[in-house]
Amino acid sequence: MSDEMDMEEGGTIKKFMFVNRKAPYGTIYALESLEVVLISAAFEQDVSLAFIDDGVYQLMKNINTDGIEMKSFSKTYRALEGYDIEKLYVERESLEARGLSEDDLVVDVQVVGAAEMADLMNEQDVVLSF
Amino acid sequence: MATVNIAGKDVELDEEGFLTNLADWNRDVAEYMAKEEKVDMTESHWEVIDFLREYYDEYQIAPAIRVLTKAIGKKLGPDKGNNKYLYELFPYGPAKQACKIGGLPKPTGCI
Amino acid sequence: MLHIVNKSPSERNSVDTCLGHAKDGSAVLLIEDAVYAATAGNMSEAKVKAAMPNVKVYALGPDLAARGMSARVLDGVNVVDYGGFVDLVAEHSNCQSWL
Repeated sequence: MSDEMDMEEGGTIKKFMFVNRKAPYGTIYALESLEVVLISAAFEQDVSLAFIDDGVYQLMKNINTDGIEMKSFSKTYRALEGYDIEKLYVERESLEARGLSEDDLVVDVQVVGAAEMADLMNEQDVVLSF
Repeated sequence: MATVNIAGKDVELDEEGFLTNLADWNRDVAEYMAKEEKVDMTESHWEVIDFLREYYDEYQIAPAIRVLTKAIGKKLGPDKGNNKYLYELFPYGPAKQACKIGGLPKPTGCI
Repeated sequence: MLHIVNKSPSERNSVDTCLGHAKDGSAVLLIEDAVYAATAGNMSEAKVKAAMPNVKVYALGPDLAARGMSARVLDGVNVVDYGGFVDLVAEHSNCQSWL
C-alpha cells in the first residue's frame, strides 16, 4: 500500500507486458516481478502479464510455503483484479508440457497458444522479462 | 530494531516502528502504535484496521491507497470509500499509518 | 521487434523460447553466452537455421571473439559490433531482453 499521488491526466498510456518464465521460490524473480507489477499499477498504464515455460508454475493452486520459511505470494495474484490488472495470459504449450491445465491455476487467466502469445508480445511498447 | 514492552509482552519493532513479527499483533499493540502515531482510536479507525487485516489475510499484501479506497467503498459504502474520509482518520497517510497500527508490514511500493 | 538473448542455449531455454516467439520479420540478437547458439555444431543449430528464413539473426562479434567462436559462426548469421548493436536497437520500435 502506498500513498502515491495519481499521475497527471493526459499522459500517454503505453502497453507494458511482464513476461514470467521462472518457477517461484527457487529464485527471487517471480516475487520481484509481482512487486514491480503492483507498483506499476499506480502509473495507470495498459499492463499485461505473460506466463511462459516454468513461469506457469507461479500460478499453481494449493501452494503452501510454511515448511520452507518463505512468505507465500500465491494469493496475491488474486489481488491483481483490484489493481485493474486483468490481462493474465498463460501459454497453452507451457501448461501442457508440464501436465497442467487452467483448472490447476489459482486465478482466472486467458490461455493462449504460442503464436498468439508472440502476437501479444509484438504489440507491446515495453516488455520486461523476469 | 528496538524491543518495547507492551501490556507485559516484549515486542520487536523495526527502525520505522513496524512490527518485526506479525504474529505479535493484538489490540494492545495497536493502541500503542496508534499513540506513537498520535492517532486517537475510534470505532471508525478500528473499522479500517479490521478491513486492512482482512485484506492482508486474503491477499498477503497491504493494498495501495487507491485499491484500499475502492475496496472500502464497496464494503462500507461510498461515504467511507474516499480519500478525504481516510485521511481524516489517518492524517499522515492511511496507507502507512493504518498498516503500522494494524501490525502489517510496510506497504509494497511505499516510499 | 528486436529480441535480445544473453544466456547459453545449453544452460537455459531462453534461446529456444525466444525463437519460438519471434514473429516473421523480427530480429534476434545473440550476445554474451547466447552467441554459442550461433555456432556450428551447437545443440541449437537446427533451431537457429530453421528460424533464419523468417527472422534475422545477429550475433555480437566481440562476444564471439572472447569465446574463441568467431570462426565457427553459422552461415546466414550477421555478426555485428557494438555500433551495430546500437543501430539494431534504434531501428526497432520495441525490444525484449529475454532472461
